[in-house]
Amino acid sequence: MKVLVPVKRVLDYNVKVRVKADGSGVDLANAKMGMNPFDEIAVEEAVRLKEAGVVSEVVAVSCGVAVSAEVLRTAMAIGADRGILVQSDADLQPLAAARLLKAVCDREGPALVICGKQAIDDDANQTGQMLAALLGWSQATFASKVTIADGQATVVREVDGGLETLAVRLPAVITTDLRLNEPRYATLPNIMKAKKKPLDTLDPAGLGVDVTPRLITLKVVEPAKRSAGILVSDVAQLLEKLKNEAKVI
Amino acid sequence: MAILLIAEHDNQSLKAATLNTLGAARRLEGEIHVLVAGAGCAAAGQAAAQFEGVAKVLLCDALQYAERGAENLAELVRGLATNYSHVLVPASAEGKNLLPRVAALCGMAQVSDVVGVESADTFVRPIYAGNALATVKSIDPIKFLSIRTTAFEAVGVAGTAAAVETIAAGPELGLCKLVGRELTRSERPELGAAKIIVSGGRGLGSGDNYRRVLEPLADKLGAALGASRAAVDAGFVPNDFQVGQTGKIVAPQLYLAVGISGAIQHLAGMKDSRVIVAINKDPDAPIFQVADYGLVADLFEAAPALTQAL
Repeated sequence: MKVLVPVKRVLDYNVKVRVKADGSGVDLANAKMGMNPFDEIAVEEAVRLKEAGVVSEVVAVSCGVAVSAEVLRTAMAIGADRGILVQSDADLQPLAAARLLKAVCDREGPALVICGKQAIDDDANQTGQMLAALLGWSQATFASKVTIADGQATVVREVDGGLETLAVRLPAVITTDLRLNEPRYATLPNIMKAKKKPLDTLDPAGLGVDVTPRLITLKVVEPAKRSAGILVSDVAQLLEKLKNEAKVI
Repeated sequence: MAILLIAEHDNQSLKAATLNTLGAARRLEGEIHVLVAGAGCAAAGQAAAQFEGVAKVLLCDALQYAERGAENLAELVRGLATNYSHVLVPASAEGKNLLPRVAALCGMAQVSDVVGVESADTFVRPIYAGNALATVKSIDPIKFLSIRTTAFEAVGVAGTAAAVETIAAGPELGLCKLVGRELTRSERPELGAAKIIVSGGRGLGSGDNYRRVLEPLADKLGAALGASRAAVDAGFVPNDFQVGQTGKIVAPQLYLAVGISGAIQHLAGMKDSRVIVAINKDPDAPIFQVADYGLVADLFEAAPALTQAL
């Protein structure tokens, strides 16, 4: 059984976000980029399934600019077998990404797609669900535990009130939540090996996908800053402030 | 054109998040229709008809919506969506699971986590964990919006009830089956709707400490209990306690952060609270930069002392 894992190149999660002065977006020039953390969890899960003998091949796919090949190499260093780059300089929004991934699924025929529940740049939380819709597959979002057996996936999901367990028929799309696993660090030998793994490059036109953005960003601004308040000296003063100044208790 | 709002409910009444989503819908022009889909949900349909701004309730009562799975619901909503200019859900776990599936079936984009309505096609939403706010314009004929509920006031009950129209169910696709639910039972208010939240972090050291120190405090304040990701990852409390970028987004009147350092992911989930109090022994903890009232102290002394003093 083949698993496809979409991975996105995003601003590294440790980097401070700076909004451009002209309000056109977030400044990414010379900023450290890396794989979206939720996608790393997805790659790790796929690789663990392969190590457990459930999965035969793990294919990482990234849609984006040429340097997105870097996150494919990272995925291959974690243990993905090969990479596919769908190269485009366009602003790829979730629906476009889902359409590109659907086209790749049509070519590759995976039984399972595992992707991050959201990317930490646009925080959209859409692509996995959209891909499942376009493929007509079942979906199990926000997964914290995945078990595959007998043509079905049993997935524990993190929902608002607690946890929910779904049995989904394969093929399916699973999106990862934080507590699904802790991704391993890629070792140097594996990073070296990853450089020799196959990486194919496709493009949206070749896949017959129109990636024109449906959402136009008019401006991007910094949110109003919350100013720091005061330090109180003890519990008594805190209580006094909450009662008489803030009037919240 | 009218606006379709997909209600979240427990078959009897609407979830609080739906009322805030109604608040967002009222910023748009057009009649608001509320879809109540479920199995045995007639009471929830009647409840929905009572709220301000609701022009009509669409009641779809069928077994395939009992578990509220996205696959069957999305097929139902896809059929309805073409009659509407906007389709709204609360940006809850259920709404996030469902709406992108509907939008993709319709071949249109979705705007996630809307915090502001500028016009019929232009919306404000946070990106990069709330470190930036983007104003986006949708060029699709139907706008699919998930609503960040803390950004909109909940609507109240109207004087008269709207009509409830029963609609035909969509297909049972049989793609997915619910095996079980492990829901946290609590007498405390729901995190998303609570006026006061007492939230604990790694500084508490263990689940036992979390319960011993924070539960009495929350009881005294009638507060909901929350936690940082660090506390959830460490197993102190279940996942549904998590406040933050990928957990719950809250904006209570009072947010009391105990032993929480204030990682950016956590701040993203609570910085719109009206009053923030931080108790932490580390004076350099980033939480103090957003707190209205900070107390640099050992939480194991300060929190019980606060409980005592209340």
